[in-house]
Amino acid sequence: MFKKKDLILIGVMLILCVISYVAIQFFVKKDGSRVLVKVDGMVKYEHQLNQDTELTVQGYQGGENHIVIHDGKVSMTDADCPDKLCVNMGKISKTGETIVCLPHRVVVEITGAGDGVDSVVQ
Amino acid sequence: MKKEKKNKTYTIAVCGVLTALAMIFGYIESLIPIPVPIPGMKLGIANIAILTVLYAVGPWEALIINMIRITLTSMMFGNFNSFLFSMAGGILSMLVMILLRKMNQFSMTGVSVAGGVAHNIGQIGAAMVIMGTSAIIYYLPVLLITGVVAGIVIGIVGAMVTKRVKLGTKLEN
Ligand SMILES: [Zn+2]
Repeated sequence: MFKKKDLILIGVMLILCVISYVAIQFFVKKDGSRVLVKVDGMVKYEHQLNQDTELTVQGYQGGENHIVIHDGKVSMTDADCPDKLCVNMGKISKTGETIVCLPHRVVVEITGAGDGVDSVVQ
Repeated sequence: MKKEKKNKTYTIAVCGVLTALAMIFGYIESLIPIPVPIPGMKLGIANIAILTVLYAVGPWEALIINMIRITLTSMMFGNFNSFLFSMAGGILSMLVMILLRKMNQFSMTGVSVAGGVAHNIGQIGAAMVIMGTSAIIYYLPVLLITGVVAGIVIGIVGAMVTKRVKLGTKLEN
């Protein structure tokens, strides 16, 4: 059932998994300060994480996503997408955390003070 | 000559049965709720049938059947977006599996694990490009671990199915 090389392959994958997990926990996840909402790759809304608000976003080619910012946390409370994965993703508040709605091409991102997630990764 | 003809008929029949099987698996998969909501994560049950085609018939048949499966499944249960993501994952995983099979260094389990991980990476890569965000990359650890675990199970089941399909060939001849 298993060859030696299979086990090496599986081992390498698991090591990569642990390394990337540790790297994200220690170097990427920090307290965020801004919320970015992108639709089809374009930034549609930008908001402070510490100001409570609610907004409804039009998805790519129709559909709606309802986003709530409350107590420094963001959540997708309602959406009319077929899979509802985004609604089940819970609350996010750290940089590098996202809420994704693939069917509507909507992404909610948390970024730090001055710069986006991209510059954190480098 | 006669034998070649028979093999062709056999190949077409096996391909048809396995395409249907792949679609049924795909449908079953769409019914199973995934406990962790991660975009682009798939258990890849349909890969059991695709792996069987790869080993019992051939690489190009497997590639074509996989593309047909993704197109039909997306038309019936998904939308255009899910089609794009599935196709990116499906093609990348298929190329990786064909390459590893050709190398002849791994068993079906290893090939299946690499395919499962490649599928998840292909989907997340397509999502990063289409949705214009690199932040989705942070799902990578979860996608790696689920790709490995699902790949092991699917590889073992796939080997069992392949054994039976090949047994069928021997009885025929
Ligand atoms: Zn959604």
